[in-house]
Amino acid sequence: MTVESTAARTPRRSAGNKAGTTGTKRTTSTTKKAAGADKSAEPALVQLLTPEGKRVKNAEFDTYVADITAEDLRGLYRDMVLTRRFDAEATALQRQGELGLWASLLGQEAAQIGSGRALRDDDYVFPTYREHGVAWCRGVDPTNLLGMFRGVNNGGWDPNGNNFHLYTIVIGSQTLHATGYAMGITKDGADSAVIAYFGDGASSQGDVAEAFTFSAVYNAPVVFFCQNNQWAISEPTEKQSRVPLYQRAQGFGFPGVRVDGNDVLANLAVTKWALERARAGEGPTLVEAFTYRMGAHTTSDDPTRYRGDEERLAWEAKDPILRLRRYLEAANHADEGFFAELETESEALGKRVREAVRAMPDPDHFAIFENVYADGHALVDEERAQFAAYQDSFADEDGGK
Amino acid sequence: MAEKMALAKAINESLRRALDADPKVVVMGEDVGKLGGVFRVTDGLQKDFGESRVIDTPLAESGIVGTAIGLALRGYRPVVEIQFDGFVFPAYDQIVTQLAKMHARALGKVKMPVVVRIPYGGGIGAVEHHSESPEALFAHVAGLKIVSPSNASDAYWMMQQAVQSDDPVIFFEPKRRYWDKGEVDTEAIPGPLHKARVVREGTDLTLAAYGPMVKLCQEVADAAAEEGRSLEVLDLRSVSPIDFDAVQASVEKTRRLVVVHEAPVFFGSGAEIAARITERCFYHLEAPVLRVGGYHAPYPPARLEESYLPDLDRVLDAVDRSLAY
Repeated sequence: MTVESTAARTPRRSAGNKAGTTGTKRTTSTTKKAAGADKSAEPALVQLLTPEGKRVKNAEFDTYVADITAEDLRGLYRDMVLTRRFDAEATALQRQGELGLWASLLGQEAAQIGSGRALRDDDYVFPTYREHGVAWCRGVDPTNLLGMFRGVNNGGWDPNGNNFHLYTIVIGSQTLHATGYAMGITKDGADSAVIAYFGDGASSQGDVAEAFTFSAVYNAPVVFFCQNNQWAISEPTEKQSRVPLYQRAQGFGFPGVRVDGNDVLANLAVTKWALERARAGEGPTLVEAFTYRMGAHTTSDDPTRYRGDEERLAWEAKDPILRLRRYLEAANHADEGFFAELETESEALGKRVREAVRAMPDPDHFAIFENVYADGHALVDEERAQFAAYQDSFADEDGGK
Repeated sequence: MAEKMALAKAINESLRRALDADPKVVVMGEDVGKLGGVFRVTDGLQKDFGESRVIDTPLAESGIVGTAIGLALRGYRPVVEIQFDGFVFPAYDQIVTQLAKMHARALGKVKMPVVVRIPYGGGIGAVEHHSESPEALFAHVAGLKIVSPSNASDAYWMMQQAVQSDDPVIFFEPKRRYWDKGEVDTEAIPGPLHKARVVREGTDLTLAAYGPMVKLCQEVADAAAEEGRSLEVLDLRSVSPIDFDAVQASVEKTRRLVVVHEAPVFFGSGAEIAARITERCFYHLEAPVLRVGGYHAPYPPARLEESYLPDLDRVLDAVDRSLAY
């Protein structure tokens, strides 16, 4: 496949137009930039930080990161490094047999940390199963993410504890939940917003189209954050769409924007913009974070069967962590001490995760029957009793040991 | 106070009471607003409670149920309408994969108080997809509760209880009985939602049914009485859970059981009842449990539905066969 490069491109700018946006937007004087409308041209994307770590100006989006401090930037860097470290540890734990499966986010750190750090505490997140970086931003303990991959539960955290919903495995379903939740926010008269994560593969799901329809019709305060990581397991994005994904929004009547998914600043800025729209009652926005899944789909996948090394190498040059490091160093925003300290913290996180997973006990057998219903169910009660009697029959054979 | 009203009106009154009692209750579906639903079950509700509480939705069933799930996560208690039984399948994934499993997935930390109303069953001479009985397809799924009232009073009270349930309830409304009138006492104290009720006592054989087939079974019992046979009629009311204790108690008395439903017999709720009652009442049974229901064929065109649906003679035939053992 032809992978569209995020490196060589700079945002196209013309007066009053936002690079890479389509659809309606009240805050701009004109909405016809139509990046990608010219079929021969590559769609523009919003980029604030080049792969070389150079800060580039963007008339539309600079304002959303104008007040960012050096400490904030170091924070974003730390988030990405720790997320990557956690992710690497989880992959290793799967290889060691401690996890049954792992879905790595390697390469998507900027998209997740940038968008995740744009959120307010009272916003609500509906993730797919790869949003480990967003979970980190929400304060979900990373070890809680591992229960489902170890097979001790199907989601081990309280969604309302951090306003971070459970991972959704059937792709796209959660975009409707996000829309319904956002409809509830409107009914409540609150000014919080919802963000729904999904991928290029899920963009083909009917539920995503229905979520676009419902959110548009009800003007729901929801941001659809599509991480286009180029691959839906083995299928390239061309197998999902004939148009750049962000352009899908136009037909539903709300704006879509493509952002350099490996640029944490751009993701932060664009997501803040989209969230502001939501809070201001301007309805949904589609953000397409153009990124790359550096690893396999999951630990069960073998990408060598469907893609080549050269593609990966090209994307490695656009690494999200590397480019922010270059920027931090060039701007003297971080010294060697910071990076060394982070390295130590990173290793400590890996160790903590490793130990927590190894210590994670198997659930009690009777957990099968727990929480099937909130108000109970006669059949579950009956089967639990049968199961208990069956278990007890073994105790009897042991002669009361 | 007791009032005589049609089954559809009883559901309407029940929804009105629920909307009135709890600001978190919302009604949503296709045409439920200004039109009042294609069967007028939600008639007048939008006028009185507004567009924010009685919501006309886009024509997308997965979207209706999926957004209802999101609303429930936000603390709402959505009552959604699927316009016809045969239209539920676009929402089947959201119901089976998300709605039913969310509470367990969250280890009990979230609840899914969502009611999915489905007008179901045949006998109204409709076109394809408007006469089906898909209750078994939902009963197989843990996490869902499934009920079906047979009369106006149950329709009123079971809807009250379904809305109050913290579990998702699939509420199958017997559309051919929508216009049947019955007494509804809106100040009564209702029995438990998932308990069966003996609607007619008898000694020779038990007929077990729910929803639209209860009335038929009462007519069968009348006809059998003329031939000197005493049939007990049990209104199951709930398909998940099924009140097996009530069926067992009845069968221990009558020693014979015929289960009647419009849904296909194959893998239907009657099959589960037959298996369970055979286990529970093996030494009491004088005859195998028999089932009367639809055939393993697509629901037929309207001009053929009388031959497809259980009717008086088909049920009587099963009664005869059971009594012949």
